[in-house]
Amino acid sequence: MTSTHQITAGFLPLLDSAILVAAKEKGFAQAQEIELALVRERSWATIRDRLAVSHFDVAHILAPMPIACNLGLTAPAPRMIVPMALGLGGNAVTVSAGLWSEMAECGASPDLDARSSGLALKQVIDRRKGDRLRFGVVHPYSGHNYELRYWLSASGIDPDRQVEIGILPPPDMADALTAGLIDGYCAGEPWNTLGVLNNGAHLATAKAAIWKSSPEKVLGVNSRWADGHPKALAALLQALYKASLWCANAANHLELADLLARPAYVNRPAEDLLPALTGLLHTGGGEIRNVKDFFVPNAKAATFPWKSHALWFYTQMVRWGHIEHTAQHQQIANDTYRPDIYRNALRTLNVAMPAASSKVEGALRTETPVGSSGALTLGPDGFFDGNLFDPDDVDGYIAAQSRS
Amino acid sequence: MNGGRPVANRSSKPSDLNVLVIDENSIRASIIEVGLREAGYDNVTIIDDMNGLARRIMEINPDVIVIDIENPNRDMLESIFQISRAVKRPIAMFVDKSDEASIEAAVEAGVSAYIVDGLKQERVRPILKMAISRFNAFSRLNRELEETRGELENRKLIDRAKGLLMRSRGLTEDEAYALMRRTAMNQNRKIVEIAQSLITAASLLDPGTDA
Repeated sequence: MTSTHQITAGFLPLLDSAILVAAKEKGFAQAQEIELALVRERSWATIRDRLAVSHFDVAHILAPMPIACNLGLTAPAPRMIVPMALGLGGNAVTVSAGLWSEMAECGASPDLDARSSGLALKQVIDRRKGDRLRFGVVHPYSGHNYELRYWLSASGIDPDRQVEIGILPPPDMADALTAGLIDGYCAGEPWNTLGVLNNGAHLATAKAAIWKSSPEKVLGVNSRWADGHPKALAALLQALYKASLWCANAANHLELADLLARPAYVNRPAEDLLPALTGLLHTGGGEIRNVKDFFVPNAKAATFPWKSHALWFYTQMVRWGHIEHTAQHQQIANDTYRPDIYRNALRTLNVAMPAASSKVEGALRTETPVGSSGALTLGPDGFFDGNLFDPDDVDGYIAAQSRS
Repeated sequence: MNGGRPVANRSSKPSDLNVLVIDENSIRASIIEVGLREAGYDNVTIIDDMNGLARRIMEINPDVIVIDIENPNRDMLESIFQISRAVKRPIAMFVDKSDEASIEAAVEAGVSAYIVDGLKQERVRPILKMAISRFNAFSRLNRELEETRGELENRKLIDRAKGLLMRSRGLTEDEAYALMRRTAMNQNRKIVEIAQSLITAASLLDPGTDA
């Protein structure tokens, strides 16, 4: 059988490539007449380069990166759009056994609470002499970098002066921790689980605790390709949406872990991929804890590309000096995420949609039913420090952050 | 070490450029190095061990970096260019639209390059061109090697299967080969597949044979 649409997608071997992998392996792509080729890469730079030269039509990519490309912060800078997110959450902050025991002495609770672990880390840093603590993240324009920095600064730690943050490939993080090159890292799965199980590390907190219901990877699409292939893109979004439902079903978690464990994908034991799917995480010292909403592939509009998410990443790019704040830059960030394409593509599937395309991040303190059908529940979506981000007042938010 | 020389003072001789080649494949790295030296670039350093990469780059302080695109450290590399004041600021080789063809050729070949900001593209373009052609030549060579290796392996299998047939059915070498070839044609399969099944079958039927 020949397929109507041939689509090539780049991905990195991470747990949150799950939706793309399931779309291919469980027949959701084929059902939409898509021949989906998945190509594994080893760096985000190469994903970006291969998008730029049209080797890839679409890619599993860090949520802030398409914005950075459109702002010209990278070279080459393919013009990109984000018509879908690939889930919520999925990251953790992992620290060395030594740093964790100091943090525990200072009152860090082992339940990954961002507030208590942040305050404990601040105390450790305040009483510490000698070298600054060093943390690893995977990319400057990543959710990892921005959420780690948010957590540190909201805990009273200056991420530029009081600690050092460097870039490392995720598979090297745990070894760098053991070798004493870094004291902690913020990365996606399975690299936190592997650090705990193989390197005696300890989880300090999780993305799901720092910013609840926040996006991590998105579907980055070369906008030139999107313009020329609207039908293929709509078919792909439908396939990915169905795949996200399949990934979310607890009955499929074992099978999904087995799929992702294959050499062509994450190439790590299925048992090390399962914790992120079930939310039962190894937190260190042999403990297992249930982390609510650790990784959410479908519920809570997990695949919806919120404009407010794009704009929050933009405010953090400004905050950490990656870009100057101008009305034009803000517009570029805003226009990168395309909920309109998402809505149009999924209309025929009768997917429950949020009524708005932007929301005040942190306004929902509990799970809240929304939408006319009532079939959709959102939130909680807050930041751990209780601050709100109102996408209609980007100027005010940026000004407040530069004062703090 | 050439660190600290201001860009403006450089003459236009190619040999003045400080070129760093980062490639975990040390054979490919030396192929690039030889090419660069032949082209008159005397100042070439190779890094094939990624330990302490950031520190070494700061020491070497290169004008041009050539790196294989499979290298997982590219994100780290780009970030030290972005933040570091200790290194001259290298930027991606491809900065404008007119470079699209060279980006494509480079990505196809599996190589990427960074140059120090302010350096004229014309001065470094030959380096990239050379790297692209050597990367391509290297993969061609690799492919041929794989194929030769595969053929050798196949021939061994066919010889063993022939031996089995000669012993078990009293055929001459030519007759054994002809039989396998006929079977392969009839079943629309490759002769090496027939040989493989024969060997497997023989070992199942009689684990004592040398099959």
